[in-house]
Amino acid sequence: MRSADRPLSPHLQIYRWQLTSVLSILHRAAGIALSAGTILLVWWLVAAASGPEAYDEVEDFLGSWLGLMLLFGWTVSLFYHLCNGIRHLVWDTGHALDLKSVYTGGWVVVGATGLLTFVAWVVGISRWVS
Amino acid sequence: MRSPLGRAIGLGSAKEGVEHWWIQRVTAIALVPLILWFVIAVIGLVGTDLETMQNWVGRPLPAILLVLLLIATFYHMSLGLQVVVEDYVHTELAKLALVIVIRLFCFAFTVAGIFAVLMIAVGSS
Repeated sequence: MRSADRPLSPHLQIYRWQLTSVLSILHRAAGIALSAGTILLVWWLVAAASGPEAYDEVEDFLGSWLGLMLLFGWTVSLFYHLCNGIRHLVWDTGHALDLKSVYTGGWVVVGATGLLTFVAWVVGISRWVS
Repeated sequence: MRSPLGRAIGLGSAKEGVEHWWIQRVTAIALVPLILWFVIAVIGLVGTDLETMQNWVGRPLPAILLVLLLIATFYHMSLGLQVVVEDYVHTELAKLALVIVIRLFCFAFTVAGIFAVLMIAVGSS
């Protein structure tokens, strides 16, 4: 039997998404997004070492709409990858692997990500305007 | 648990998987406090000027923590991206090339980041 003739799974057009698989995919996506974000981290540090002109460029970029949107995306990704990473570390010890705990932990991670992102940006913006 | 054919061809585990898995966990554990510290510190720097930032980086503890953060981040990132590439890229040459590019990028950016931190630290002391 040729492998091309076999039915493919999952059948995407009738596929019902689950929290578990979505969070798993998002963990990876967030990791990839954060990898791109490390460029900003190093750019920021090198610019600060280079002097005022280079540093101004970073600040101008971060203050732009694109910069702010990227920064917000990276904040969400960072907190999500952090919280879900801790969830993974708990699993690595062999705990919380039953279906109920996996779902509870998943929602806790989603909530914590939202809360941490909200707090970080509220504090950040209040410092920015003051 | 190896078939005679598998043994004869010599393909199979490279015996390095555990090390990869283990260091990914160790760097993850290191990054939990480092990232929380970093986020709080960066929020503290919002709205300040370059001099404030340089004085902050120049203090011993932030400088040391930044270097540790850079090492842990790029080590963790290179391991994570390697797994992504190995999962989705199935052409042997492209896979190899991407893994090498990831390794070199992470190493170069670690060096660049650490060098910048040291430069600021030396300059402001």
